[in-house]
Amino acid sequence: MAHQMTILAPEGMLGYGIPARSMEEGLKRQPDVLAVDAGSTDPGPYYLGAGVPFTNRRAFTLDLATILKAANARRIPVLIGSAGGGGGRPHLEYTLEVYRGICRERGYRFRTAVIGAEVEKAWVKRQIARGRVSPLDIATELTEAEVDRSARIVAQMGVEPFLRALDLGAEVVIAGRACDAAVMAAPAMRAGFDKALAYHMGKILECGGAAAYPRHGSDSLLGVIERDAFTVEPPNPDKVCTVASVAAHSLYERSDPYRLALPGGSIDLTHTRFEQATPRAVCVRGTRWVEAPAYTLKLEGAARVGFRTLTLAGVRDPLLIANLDVYLDNVRTRVAETYPPDGYRLLFHVYGRDGVMGPLEPVREIRGHEIGLVIEVVADDPDSSAAILALARSVALHVTYPGRKAIAGNLAFPFSPSDLKAGDAYEFNVHHLMTVDDPLEPFLIEMVEV
Amino acid sequence: MRRTIGEIATFVTSKNAGPFLLTLDVVFPDEPTYRRFKALRALDRATVARLYAIKEDDVLKIIEFDPAYAMKVTLRRPWGSGAVGERDVYGAQQHVPLMQHAVEW
Repeated sequence: MAHQMTILAPEGMLGYGIPARSMEEGLKRQPDVLAVDAGSTDPGPYYLGAGVPFTNRRAFTLDLATILKAANARRIPVLIGSAGGGGGRPHLEYTLEVYRGICRERGYRFRTAVIGAEVEKAWVKRQIARGRVSPLDIATELTEAEVDRSARIVAQMGVEPFLRALDLGAEVVIAGRACDAAVMAAPAMRAGFDKALAYHMGKILECGGAAAYPRHGSDSLLGVIERDAFTVEPPNPDKVCTVASVAAHSLYERSDPYRLALPGGSIDLTHTRFEQATPRAVCVRGTRWVEAPAYTLKLEGAARVGFRTLTLAGVRDPLLIANLDVYLDNVRTRVAETYPPDGYRLLFHVYGRDGVMGPLEPVREIRGHEIGLVIEVVADDPDSSAAILALARSVALHVTYPGRKAIAGNLAFPFSPSDLKAGDAYEFNVHHLMTVDDPLEPFLIEMVEV
Repeated sequence: MRRTIGEIATFVTSKNAGPFLLTLDVVFPDEPTYRRFKALRALDRATVARLYAIKEDDVLKIIEFDPAYAMKVTLRRPWGSGAVGERDVYGAQQHVPLMQHAVEW
């Protein structure tokens, strides 16, 4: 077993931009592996459901090319998790298409493993019938009907499929939906390092430079794992990792900083110690692995709920602002006369009142001199959505309210055309845990020639 | 004297923790400030529920995290991230009621 292993995470999200100097400084540290997370549920259900990436294609291509250039020059492995954002079949195909294009153009050849993570609905239903699926963070049990309603369902893989791909000789691993830490944890574990430390280091590296201060956009992070500790350090010389920055990152986007659930178990940070190893690097030790009684995978699914059309407008008139609720009721009532309120949703987002927090907003009165209004319609099909929104927009422009003086029009539209097609609307409808006997079960590993 | 949590803490921030949870982090500048705040016992489920006009049952966890001099509050989201009616897909602007909450200091 090697004394240590160095992993470079060029960025926290493939396609958010790799600063050239960070990459250059990171490579000077002779990393053994390049690993990057490419996915998240953060941008919402649309990207998983519609099967499209949430990063820009040009930026994504540039970042992937930067990583492959380094891998080709140094012959070090590359691991990419949650390819294409959602990590489903179309996301994986998109990533492969960009990947093949770069390799063809530059003459790169890598032994490449592709790991699918979109699961068969029939298999999920069988697992439900066997009582192997339970809700996570929500109260609802998964039903066959919900499975059918999903546009797609993915499972988050742990380290096991990556370990298998590396055993098969892969130099580049492109995986569908994966636990974000797995791309860093897998090569470290394969080299014999402690599972808890490998996962914990992965959990910090997967966000790239986010664990270094000052936080200022996408950046890289280096992790060096040893037998009983690991160290993280930003290659960007203008940044530092401090005990506070790394410890605070343990809070980020998770419900419990002491216990982090992962496929097959969890890491326990109760006895973790964070030490300032150098002025720019933090050493972490003491994290423990807690084996779960059963191996569970997290399932994610999104269902289409309709087609969204919207319009943006401003209101400056204090008489209207003072009568806003009456005014909006008048709009809703007039629209319902033509389109009975069934089978569509008409929503008003009132910026300047509760546009950001909705029912969580403690300030109920309007304190500003103008408000922003978003009128949104979600209906089954694009034509219905457009028709209902068009009526709502014209009614909102002309409908009366108590004390009105500005009878020529109620709204200031910034754009022509005023009505915007936002596309299909989705919602997360699967967020469940599934028990499996084999951590590899739903994940198909293919070796492809590139 | 009363001061807001925003005046006392270095960071007060909110974010999704998965699509169905919202998590609020309060990070204090140093150990004495953190210990002093903890001793106040100012953040309990009833207080957080009142600040966000939600049920106490929807305040899932309030955790003190000594290594970061931080406190974490996790709430159930009123709906899944990005569902129709969403206001804040990332949950990144839901921290203000906590930031503006005043305590005896």
